[in-house]
Amino acid sequence: MMSLFYTIVPLCAIGLVAAIILYFVSQKFKVEEDPRIDDVEKMLPGANCGGCGFPGCRGLATALVEKEDISSLYCSVGGGDCMKAIADYLGKAAPVKEPQVATVRCGGTCEKRPRTSTYAGTKSCAIASGVYKGETDCAYGCLGYGDCVEACAFDAIHINPETGLAEVDADKCTACGACVAACPKGIIELRKKWPKNRAIYVSCVSKDKGPVTMKACKAGCIGCGKCVKVCEFGAITIENNVAFIDSTKCRLCRKCVAECPTGAIKMVGLAPLPPKEKPETKEN
Amino acid sequence: MKTFPIGGVHPSDNKKWSKSKAIEVMELPDVVTIPLAQHIGAPATALVKKGDAVKVGDKIAEATGFMSANIHAPISGTVTAVDLQPNGQGLRQMMVTIKREGDEWAEGIDLSTDLVKECNLSSAEIIARIKEAGIVGMGGATFPTHVKLSIPEGKRAEILIINGVECEPYLTSDYRTMLERGEELLVGTSILMKAVSVEKAVIGVENNKPDAIKHLKELAKGYNGIEVKPLKTMYPQGGEKQLIAAVTGREVPAPPALPIDVGAVVCNASTAVAVYEAVQKNKPLVQRVVTVTGKSIKDTKNLLTRFGTPISALIEKCGGLPEGDNRVLNGGPMMGRPMSNLASPVMKGCSGITVISGKEALRGEPSACIKCAKCIEACPMGLEPYLLAKQSKKKAWGEMEKNDIVSCIECGCCQFTCPANIALLDYVRLGKQTVMGIIRARNAKK
Repeated sequence: MMSLFYTIVPLCAIGLVAAIILYFVSQKFKVEEDPRIDDVEKMLPGANCGGCGFPGCRGLATALVEKEDISSLYCSVGGGDCMKAIADYLGKAAPVKEPQVATVRCGGTCEKRPRTSTYAGTKSCAIASGVYKGETDCAYGCLGYGDCVEACAFDAIHINPETGLAEVDADKCTACGACVAACPKGIIELRKKWPKNRAIYVSCVSKDKGPVTMKACKAGCIGCGKCVKVCEFGAITIENNVAFIDSTKCRLCRKCVAECPTGAIKMVGLAPLPPKEKPETKEN
Repeated sequence: MKTFPIGGVHPSDNKKWSKSKAIEVMELPDVVTIPLAQHIGAPATALVKKGDAVKVGDKIAEATGFMSANIHAPISGTVTAVDLQPNGQGLRQMMVTIKREGDEWAEGIDLSTDLVKECNLSSAEIIARIKEAGIVGMGGATFPTHVKLSIPEGKRAEILIINGVECEPYLTSDYRTMLERGEELLVGTSILMKAVSVEKAVIGVENNKPDAIKHLKELAKGYNGIEVKPLKTMYPQGGEKQLIAAVTGREVPAPPALPIDVGAVVCNASTAVAVYEAVQKNKPLVQRVVTVTGKSIKDTKNLLTRFGTPISALIEKCGGLPEGDNRVLNGGPMMGRPMSNLASPVMKGCSGITVISGKEALRGEPSACIKCAKCIEACPMGLEPYLLAKQSKKKAWGEMEKNDIVSCIECGCCQFTCPANIALLDYVRLGKQTVMGIIRARNAKK
């Protein structure tokens, strides 16, 4: 009985002394931290995706509280409502950013872009693109090994086994940009998100000249420039033999879609324009 | 007999398929495409344009800066294009296309086969000639030779090592060169000794080529300061650092240190022959010996080939591709790069074309790493491949840099030895490329 007593009492005594020392030390060396950081962190989505440029949500929360001007900070996962709530809480002007969505700019499906070689190495886009151009003759297109799928923290991007291409689920996509960074071919772009996920974009990034692109893929942009002529808003430019639609200037008029000879301009959530002289419309 | 102290593996050397085949001259192709980037460093700048007439040995592209090399026309004819063409990996590169008309050499090139032993040029003159001839390391790394021979101030070369190891399985181009062009090789070696001002040269040859050792030893008696050293066969002994360790016992520190920091200069055996031709015969680098080999190749050959010849033509000459699924490698099975475009040309660094069947090339299903440490034992650079591969998977580039990833020579010993079939080299190489990119970006910012 006494041996129990001898162990418990000194242990309690040591604990008590240590607690007192720790209390005073923690008071003495207390790190002053704005309590609002904790609150802001709770208001953020907590995905820790790194899309804002900070290592995690707490990093962004600290910056939001500490910086006077928060217009350059934005959590694309939380979106406008979340940023507004935080800005109201902090009494600062809310950063405004149009909602965006990741877009895979490659339309080279298995059918349109035939496989000309077989890759037997590790199924990773980064490794495969370090070895050679890819299984098809297009050196710019989607490899389909899914580095973007692995990078996505929101389950918003998948490889469609039928087309062999990455596809974005626009409802789940938070525009954090992880897939953009993961794609070694630089195919994925963050574009303006229209209501009901409507979109018009050039689904090709091939810098090859027209004939070369055409040989490798039936859905490639050949840089013919027809779309540039028809665009009334100056949204389309051609550089390095490939057209690019600036999503901030595009008004979804659909004229370019009907004009594209290879169907490289893709349309999502929109009905094709009624045919005029030439009854030639491109399917979605 | 010596070899390098750490790591290494023993792949079966498979040289029997082509080692007894004497060097044959490949027919001249009708059209050649010559890439402007055939060497490490900046791509050369084209000097010709469409419609220009060129003779064999005319300079068609000039070195861009110090770390680059000249390129000469391998055939005579008319330039038909200077544009982007797909290389062996299908990626587009700037290339000069020449259509052949006859075989007329440029003036001032000595085409006779007489051996010219005497060389009275100074070190600077020799290096200038080597630079003009566009010579690069012909073992595969294609490091411009004049850069290697230009010893930085404050450093001194003590020994010249000629790399006759050819540790890569299947390939026999250096072996045939050593046997058939031994005299030229030795004269080239004495010229190189003069260029870097050393008294001693060692030709390192692995003991799986006893006849080459015997032949060179016999010839070396007529030259001062050249020793032929047999080395115990071990892959990757042909690596520069491994060879220095095997011959001198000195260890080259981690990059950015170079072999010259331990007083050594290493040149490949074929490079030494090219140096002989450039300095004594004024002949620029326009051709090389390419081994075309493989278990299923009907008639394996060692072909003296002009640059720019399509690889498919070489394979055709050796009986064509066997039926079924084949993998064509630019180089040997350990370090060679798989090719998807056989119309791509032979380049300065192409020592062989190895054809292996799809079945042989098939990788086993990877299983979990059990930390058996075989890869650590096999790594000739003393790295920890399993750890590096794991960090590469997790994109921990900073950690990889700390673990000396830039020392990796991509020899593939780790992947070769892994009992779990893990694609270690794939991940390690990815990590190395990324980390090197990060380091370059950081240096550019400074």
